[in-house]
Amino acid sequence: MALLDIRNLTVAFQTGNGMFTAVDRVSVSLSEGEVVSIVGESGSGKSVAMLAMMGLLPWTARVTADRMEFDGKDLLAMGSGEKRRIIGREITMIFQEPMSSLNPCFTVGFQLTEALKTHLRMGRKERRERAVELLNQVGIPEPVKRLSVFPHQLSGGMSQRVMIAMAIACNPRLLIADEPTTALDVTIQAQILDLLLKLQQDNDMALVLITHDMGVVAETAKRVMVHYAGQQVEHQEIGGLFANPHHPYTAALLAALPERAASKKLPSIAGVVPGQFDRPTGCLFSPRCRFVTDLCRSSEPPPAPAELGSALCHYPLDDGVPLNHPDGKEAV
Amino acid sequence: MSQEAILQARDLKRFYRVRRAAFGPKAVLKALNGATFDLVNGRTLAVVGESGCGKSTLARLVTMIETPTDGTLRICGNDIVGSSRATRRSLKSKVQIVFQDPYGSLNPRQKIGHALEEPLLVNTTMSKQERRRSAKEMMDFVGLRPEQYDRYPHMFSGGQRQRIAIARALMLRPEILVLDEPVSALDVSIQAQILNLLTDLQEQLNLAYLFISHDLSVVKHIADEVMVMYLGVPIEMGSRQAIFEQPHHPYTEALLSATPMADPFRVKKRIVLHGELPSPIDPPPGCSFNPRCPRATDICRQDFPEMRQVGKTMVACYHPLD
Repeated sequence: MALLDIRNLTVAFQTGNGMFTAVDRVSVSLSEGEVVSIVGESGSGKSVAMLAMMGLLPWTARVTADRMEFDGKDLLAMGSGEKRRIIGREITMIFQEPMSSLNPCFTVGFQLTEALKTHLRMGRKERRERAVELLNQVGIPEPVKRLSVFPHQLSGGMSQRVMIAMAIACNPRLLIADEPTTALDVTIQAQILDLLLKLQQDNDMALVLITHDMGVVAETAKRVMVHYAGQQVEHQEIGGLFANPHHPYTAALLAALPERAASKKLPSIAGVVPGQFDRPTGCLFSPRCRFVTDLCRSSEPPPAPAELGSALCHYPLDDGVPLNHPDGKEAV
Repeated sequence: MSQEAILQARDLKRFYRVRRAAFGPKAVLKALNGATFDLVNGRTLAVVGESGCGKSTLARLVTMIETPTDGTLRICGNDIVGSSRATRRSLKSKVQIVFQDPYGSLNPRQKIGHALEEPLLVNTTMSKQERRRSAKEMMDFVGLRPEQYDRYPHMFSGGQRQRIAIARALMLRPEILVLDEPVSALDVSIQAQILNLLTDLQEQLNLAYLFISHDLSVVKHIADEVMVMYLGVPIEMGSRQAIFEQPHHPYTEALLSATPMADPFRVKKRIVLHGELPSPIDPPPGCSFNPRCPRATDICRQDFPEMRQVGKTMVACYHPLD
């Protein structure tokens, strides 16, 4: 059975100019001990979907879903008290900015043991031992000394390690890492990614990795979901996604990476991700797509079959060729 | 290098005096400790390194925002330390900079047309009509629509703002463009657009680029020469091909292997460095990389290695890789 099962999650925000749909019918399912990555550019709703699942969105958000279950428990129907017993204990999250996610007024030890006190009702001595053990586990030197240190005395990499220690304190079954390495240097990024994968394997956690970096995805995840403007446009195994992307957006995004470029001129995607006011009718990618037809501009595409990556496209690509396309156009 | 260098930096240094505590003694922070390089028209020198390695200090020295503590910097044949105020002023228009954050580098209350005209207003005697015309020409040149002249920065996306920043830097027809992480705040699809623009501009205007970045895949794409820095010191220099194919410094090798590649089929042999960058206020004795280096020996802990030719690159290391 799936550990996390979300079907058709939609999140809309009440703004001064009406409703804005940040996440549009997204489905995520994940079994125990699995690593899944959600990749997308800014504004693609990848963080919002996970925050909605954790119930961390402000009151202006309206969250609807056909199903939202964690370990068989319905998260939508759950009261806030019951939800609090799950969030922070069985489902935890790491955020992008390690420096601003820690409270500057309290010591590392205090913040680290807070979850142990609340969720596991451990005694003072026990908590301290566990905190030292956790800091050891995430590779922080001199853990006993670090307990009484304040966040500003730590570097970015160290703060992120503390955040990870906090997140795994209660041995969660699902860890959501929201751009965990974006603010860090390359050599530190390598350390943190290795650490996350090691902890995931040792503790048999499920891991959701939210990122915009295709390189990070390629090196960590097994299964990838590509988001664009709030929609899930493709869902594939990692190898297939890079070798044979089925949605034109995924294909264009991969082609635009400098490291995959064959010439000095990069095949860029014209235009920008649509915002609240310039949302096109039909397919959301249609203004930027090279295979666009009148059908794409007028009607929303249905998801393709699973063997075509559930691509949200009228003409999903197979080996770079759009299927059933009227012009019989070929991709480069 | 066959062509005459437009900018020559020799052993450039910049130290800051900082206080470590409110009433504590002053310490010297060696932000940049001896950088030697040339910039040539039509070519790109990429400076690579992690935070705190002195990349941005280098940018501030080259753009003459700050003066070097020691060493010489010659731009278009003029030594900037010894030259008069007037020469320095005219040299400043030869070197322009584009910053990382397209949101922070534009004044939100200023129409972008005015932002583009400001360098002309300050530095030239052009009339209002001429300035307006040249601003509109430049907007067209970098791929903005001239009718966007009267708009404010908040009406533009990140990629467009970076175009505005590039247009503003080009208004005075500079010869050197310093690009301080110009695409790291942008999404991949927009990043490709800006990189293409920069390539086109360099071809058309024969600009020399000093391209500062931490993203090696971008550097590999755009650079001609690469300089790798660590803790204020260049540790390896060479052509792009030489650096990426056969790095000789252990740090360069680790940096290359740590960069995630968008290729799930690649055989992974990631060298994970232990520890973090030491503080530049209190650098380790000898080679600054020795505490994290897998090949460090006693000599590395005593003396800093001189830059020397190994294979096709210049390396500052006692035990370079073959």
